[in-house]
Amino acid sequence: MTSDVKKPNFGAVPDAQGRFGVYGGKYVAETLMSALDELETLYNRLKEDESFQRELDEDLARYVGRPSPLYEARRWSKQVGGARILLKREDLNHTGAHKVNNTVGQALLAKHMGKKRVIAETGAGQHGVATATIAARLGLECQVFMGEEDVRRQALNVYRMKLLGAEVIPVKSGSRTLKDAMNEAMRDWVTYVDETFYIIGTVAGPHPYPMLVRDFQCVIGREARAQCLDYTGKLPDALVACVGGGSNAIGLFHPFLEDESVAMYGVEAGGHGVSTNQHAAPLTAGTPGVLHGNRTYLMQDADGQIMHTHSVSAGLDYPGVGPEHSWLKDTGRVNYVVANDDEALRAFHTLTRVEGIMPALESSHALAYAEKLAATMSPEQSIVVNLSGRGDKDIHTVAQIDGIEF
Amino acid sequence: MSRIAGRFEQLAEEGRKALIPYIVVGDPRLEVTVPLMHALVANGADILELGVPFSDPMSEGPVIQLAHERALANGASLRDALAAVREFREKDDTTPVLLMGYANPVEHMGHAVFADAAAEAGLDALLTVDIPPEEVSGINTELQRVGLDNIFLVAPTTPDARIERIASEASGFIYYVSLKGVTGAGHLDADDVANHVARIRKHSSLPVAVGFGIKDASSAASVAGVADGVVVGSALIRAMADTLESGADIQSAQDAAVGLLAEIREGVDSVTS
Repeated sequence: MTSDVKKPNFGAVPDAQGRFGVYGGKYVAETLMSALDELETLYNRLKEDESFQRELDEDLARYVGRPSPLYEARRWSKQVGGARILLKREDLNHTGAHKVNNTVGQALLAKHMGKKRVIAETGAGQHGVATATIAARLGLECQVFMGEEDVRRQALNVYRMKLLGAEVIPVKSGSRTLKDAMNEAMRDWVTYVDETFYIIGTVAGPHPYPMLVRDFQCVIGREARAQCLDYTGKLPDALVACVGGGSNAIGLFHPFLEDESVAMYGVEAGGHGVSTNQHAAPLTAGTPGVLHGNRTYLMQDADGQIMHTHSVSAGLDYPGVGPEHSWLKDTGRVNYVVANDDEALRAFHTLTRVEGIMPALESSHALAYAEKLAATMSPEQSIVVNLSGRGDKDIHTVAQIDGIEF
Repeated sequence: MSRIAGRFEQLAEEGRKALIPYIVVGDPRLEVTVPLMHALVANGADILELGVPFSDPMSEGPVIQLAHERALANGASLRDALAAVREFREKDDTTPVLLMGYANPVEHMGHAVFADAAAEAGLDALLTVDIPPEEVSGINTELQRVGLDNIFLVAPTTPDARIERIASEASGFIYYVSLKGVTGAGHLDADDVANHVARIRKHSSLPVAVGFGIKDASSAASVAGVADGVVVGSALIRAMADTLESGADIQSAQDAAVGLLAEIREGVDSVTS
């Protein structure tokens, strides 16, 4: 053994087996293996295909509204009194979050495979809305699986999906949140695998999903890198993004992984605090295991049962995390930290009042940590925060916490 | 020879097909599991398949999902499954027992620790729904070290090249999933099952058992006509759950499951060659 640690090759994962180091893989029932192989073959061909990339870029520019701006939160930065805080405005995308970058891409894959029906799981409802939106545009049948608990707390997004012509199926099993929605989507997929494309909303699931969702979300980081160089004349000193499954974070981080001067912080949902078990922070407080098709850090008990999670934000309320994040944690390239419910709520109010931007509760976790981080840095330094979604969907939750009835 | 191979050989000599009931450890109660295992054997079971309770049973239909939830509420886990096998072996040293479950509890226990504990308890085989051949090398090494069979699923969607790969990793028997879907779903197409079983036999000399969608004597008979074994799960679990729901006691629930198994046994034996 030597003390020299070989520098990880960030561009070489996943390998042909879909592994990021020891993480990732294809842990699914046999019925789905052929469908995954077919998807992988198609994707590997199309990602090199210029006309497919052109089609994707067109959709991102004209339908999603990309590039999204990089906005300097001057008043907030001044108030914090440290680094310049730059917000990558994914909240300004069509449908109001980063999720649509991926659904546009996967819907194109579905189209190429001739599938007439798409399904999705959703937590906060943003991925469900983004999927329903693309399905409406392409004339595809769409069913969205959503935990009964999330259906209740995200009623606005449920109605949005219905308006878009999708059927929302409340999932009553287990903890009735995102993980159970994913179980039910898998069960549906196994049953209707021939005619159905499963649009997974995050960088989790079996290979090739963590890879292709990452690739579709990397547009965030590619734009942010160029915009930051253009705007500040140099790379940012730090990146901050919230991590549930981790798709907005990987999208921002990945194009910067080789830039050694750029520090990265993935912010998990601390819920009521990581010492309470009422949280959703597997990278901070979990251990590796296998769930939803991949090996990754999980919140699990002594018997290997998946634990119930808690976060004020439905989109982060998930006991696992994308396998690439598990690998990035172990390599030390990304720092994984937490923000608790109350900190996220404070950041929600702060950004709304100081910048006139209402962030999603998910993104508010990143903002809460960025505020602490910025205060330790100098005005010559900059932080790019992924403002992954807008907060309209959360007004009900916030009002309830503030004791306001409509 | 493993207990499973021996059992299939013996059945083949008798011209009979294997009947393989599935129950979830700890459902409806933990203390019922071992008595239920013995009662199933007394009423026609050739091999026992014990479901290991898991919080996220992704391949199960609603009936077995609820069984997992009840079992977890009763505190049942992989350790209890192994304990049930050990206790069962005190009175029955011949009936093969396999565990069917999901990767994470076994991963969490550790492959080597699991294999040693399983061998010590008298378990014969493991079927892990979400460990396809691509991911099996770690656990398979350990199962082989202690002489346990590894049972793999083959699905209607499995192409021939994959069947060959699965056959090269499998031992004991091959479990053909009769339909695209979850446990307890749909209606069985006997001709379709026959075609797929024939496809499997081109690549493997192992016995082929068929599961998913077998609910009664007649569906069991149609499968027994083309396969070496018949797996029945949801129907037995539903029989117990419905009986308890109606207000009857636990003994009546067990009797309901065992009675249904006896009927299914008759269906299976009706095609005895």
